Amino acid sequence: MSEELFKEMAQSIIDGDSDISTELAKKSIELNIHPLEAITKGFVVGVTYIGDQFGLGEAFLPELVMAGEAMKSAIAVLEPELLKLGEAREMMGKVVLATVEGDIHEIGKTLVGTMLSASGFEVVDLGVDQSADKIIGKALEINADIIGMSALLTTTMVRQREVIEELDKEGLRPRIKVMVGGAPITQDWVKKIKADGYSEDAIGAVKIAKELVGKE
Amino acid sequence: MTSKNIKTISDPKLKLEVLTKEDVQKIHNATLQIIEKVGVRFPSKRALEIWEANGAEVDHEKKIVRVKPQIIEDALKKAPPAYKLAARDPQQDLYLDGNHVNLGTDGCGVEVIDIHTGVKRTSCLQDVRDIARVADATEEVAFHWVSVSAQDTPVEARGLHELKAVWENSTKHVQTESVYNVEEAKAAIEMAAAIVGGKDKLRERPILSLMQCTAPPLGHDGGSLDAALLAAEAGIPTGFMTMAACATTGPITMAGDLAVGNAEVIAGTALLQLAFPGAPVFYAAAQTASDLRNGSYTGGGPEDFLFGAATNILADFYNIPLSMGSFATGAKEPNWQAGLEGSLSTFMASIVMSDMLLGCGFLHGSRIWSFAEMMMDCEIFSIIHKMMQGIEVNDETLALDTIAAVGPGSHYLGQKHTRKHMRELFMPQFMDRRPYSEWETKKDDARDWAVTKARKILKEHQPDPLDEKMSLELDRIIKSVEK
Ligand code: B12
Repeated sequence: MSEELFKEMAQSIIDGDSDISTELAKKSIELNIHPLEAITKGFVVGVTYIGDQFGLGEAFLPELVMAGEAMKSAIAVLEPELLKLGEAREMMGKVVLATVEGDIHEIGKTLVGTMLSASGFEVVDLGVDQSADKIIGKALEINADIIGMSALLTTTMVRQREVIEELDKEGLRPRIKVMVGGAPITQDWVKKIKADGYSEDAIGAVKIAKELVGKE
Repeated sequence: MTSKNIKTISDPKLKLEVLTKEDVQKIHNATLQIIEKVGVRFPSKRALEIWEANGAEVDHEKKIVRVKPQIIEDALKKAPPAYKLAARDPQQDLYLDGNHVNLGTDGCGVEVIDIHTGVKRTSCLQDVRDIARVADATEEVAFHWVSVSAQDTPVEARGLHELKAVWENSTKHVQTESVYNVEEAKAAIEMAAAIVGGKDKLRERPILSLMQCTAPPLGHDGGSLDAALLAAEAGIPTGFMTMAACATTGPITMAGDLAVGNAEVIAGTALLQLAFPGAPVFYAAAQTASDLRNGSYTGGGPEDFLFGAATNILADFYNIPLSMGSFATGAKEPNWQAGLEGSLSTFMASIVMSDMLLGCGFLHGSRIWSFAEMMMDCEIFSIIHKMMQGIEVNDETLALDTIAAVGPGSHYLGQKHTRKHMRELFMPQFMDRRPYSEWETKKDDARDWAVTKARKILKEHQPDPLDEKMSLELDRIIKSVEK
């Protein structure tokens, strides 16, 4: 009986259907299925499948994004139940993500967030044009493991350095690791500002993030 | 009308209709509906006030503006349909009149393939100078976009150092997209005014124009808006460029993507006309599709080429000049992909007579400048220039007398008619038509010849310099912005 339900759960993620994934999550609660079981045996199977297909070049970004959304909807239903049981999902780590102040380029950062979420990170995406204070404030608030910063302009990449300097001043590194990316970012720049990681694309960003939290 | 030492496409003989009249009307109606019902984001206090004063519905918290179609349509009618882009050398003024396709360099790159070492490195101020100088000598390049970012200059005045570097190394018109806040825009206008002899003169002879990106989907950037308003106020040609890309910042379908981009551009343009009726404005676009596997902005491929041909039809519908992204490529070096994407995008944008083409010289999605790529892009432009002249059919070109003289057999090499017209055939600079054995011993190709040509220009070409006193004056203005 629950095997059937798990299959449907996985399929709802593969189809990227938030309505159905929400409904199935509620149903699993009614049926007294342990929320962790619903997540790992049901929904995660779908995410993994889409992730693999994406890696093979068979699935496309919209499918990945919608799988992520459907997953989020299901988790939103199940997480409170988990908390009631005094348990929590095991996450890869917490990431605060933003495009730096003065910069409105959004897509690359959003994709990095999508990939990190799909790979088991808890991601708080602050959006674009975010000041150092806001980024660091959020990282402290949620006890983040990683700050990820996107900058696509030569005039805004300096903001990445400002955040790192601020973190150093406050003695928050190496507790909080910093990874950066964006069109003008090069390996040289990363060395210069002493960032902990850099990647030229979203798949690489996941690899770096895993390394930074010691899970690779 | 022609400009000195500048090759522009005019009096076209080829035609292409990618959108019918009904298609355009549908896109226009959809656009008006989007602006009225969904709204466009204008995160600038000044912009929101202008909208409010002109009867738009303004959501101050979300900074979203919803506007009745009539307001937009009336405002757009105030835009001048044709005007000149002035150059430091008046003989190099450019005509934006629907009958000239003017090529510019691409702009705002972050890395450069060094012209001497061939190694890729971070862009700097000297690159801006060098590129401007080569472009000054090249007849295909009609105007400059500030080519690369001068990353060795202070952030807050970088856009100004770049402008000065171009003016010091070329007499051609300069357009910048590297000035996107009020402080720099003010100073840039002051610099341009200083060169032409005052603010009033600048209105008559705008040697500078400004391009700002919209923020798709359906938004604008605050700094860009304020800079654009300042420029329009000063009578400097100003345009908004949409880069709405299918699948990420725009609908996956091309028509929807056109409507979203169009809503951004005409809402922005209407704002400028409401604030400063009659200000010279242009439509700008570099729409494309996103790559479905990594989300990258492809700047190439069939969708990109079709957008290139569709957009000027929209700009014509609004009766304002167009600046169209062309020559964009994701290629990492000047290769098959770069040649293919450069040729087709530029052909499609040219055949519909886009007023400005942006631009030659870049690789890797508008990030890496290559002199070889620039020179080869220029040759592509020349080929299209030749194609646009079409086939002339008259007694002289039918050549019946000569055909009779040669008769069946024999050849045409010895004919006066041949000699008379031979220079009308296109002579490539960078195409390999040599015997195989010659190539085999040298193993060189277009890329080598193109760099060699750029090196020669850089060594020999002396542009008409800017007066030394003027350079000092520009320095003074730049200093006033530096912290
Ligand atoms: C699309 C685009 C825009 C769109 C963005 C739409 C949106 N909603 O996001 C719009 C039209 C708004 C725009 C505006 C401008 N742009 Co723009 N833009 C681009 C373009 C063509 C593609 C960017 C993109 O979306 N790529 C697709 C994504 C998937 O790739 P990505 O962003 O690189 O992200 C990947 C990696 O970099 C990495 N990554 C990114 N972030 C992070 C973060 C971390 C932590 C990690 C690990 C990895 C990582 O992973 C991502 C996923 O694979 C680039 C050129 C280019 N090829 O990069 C220019 C470019 C970045 N823009 C440029 C400029 C100049 C501007 C403007 C200033 C122009 C103007 N005057 O208006 C404005 C910016 C205004 C402002 N204040 O920010 C220049 C910047 C160079 C410079 N000299 O500074 C570029 C290089 C193009 C050019 N040559 O002109 N732009």
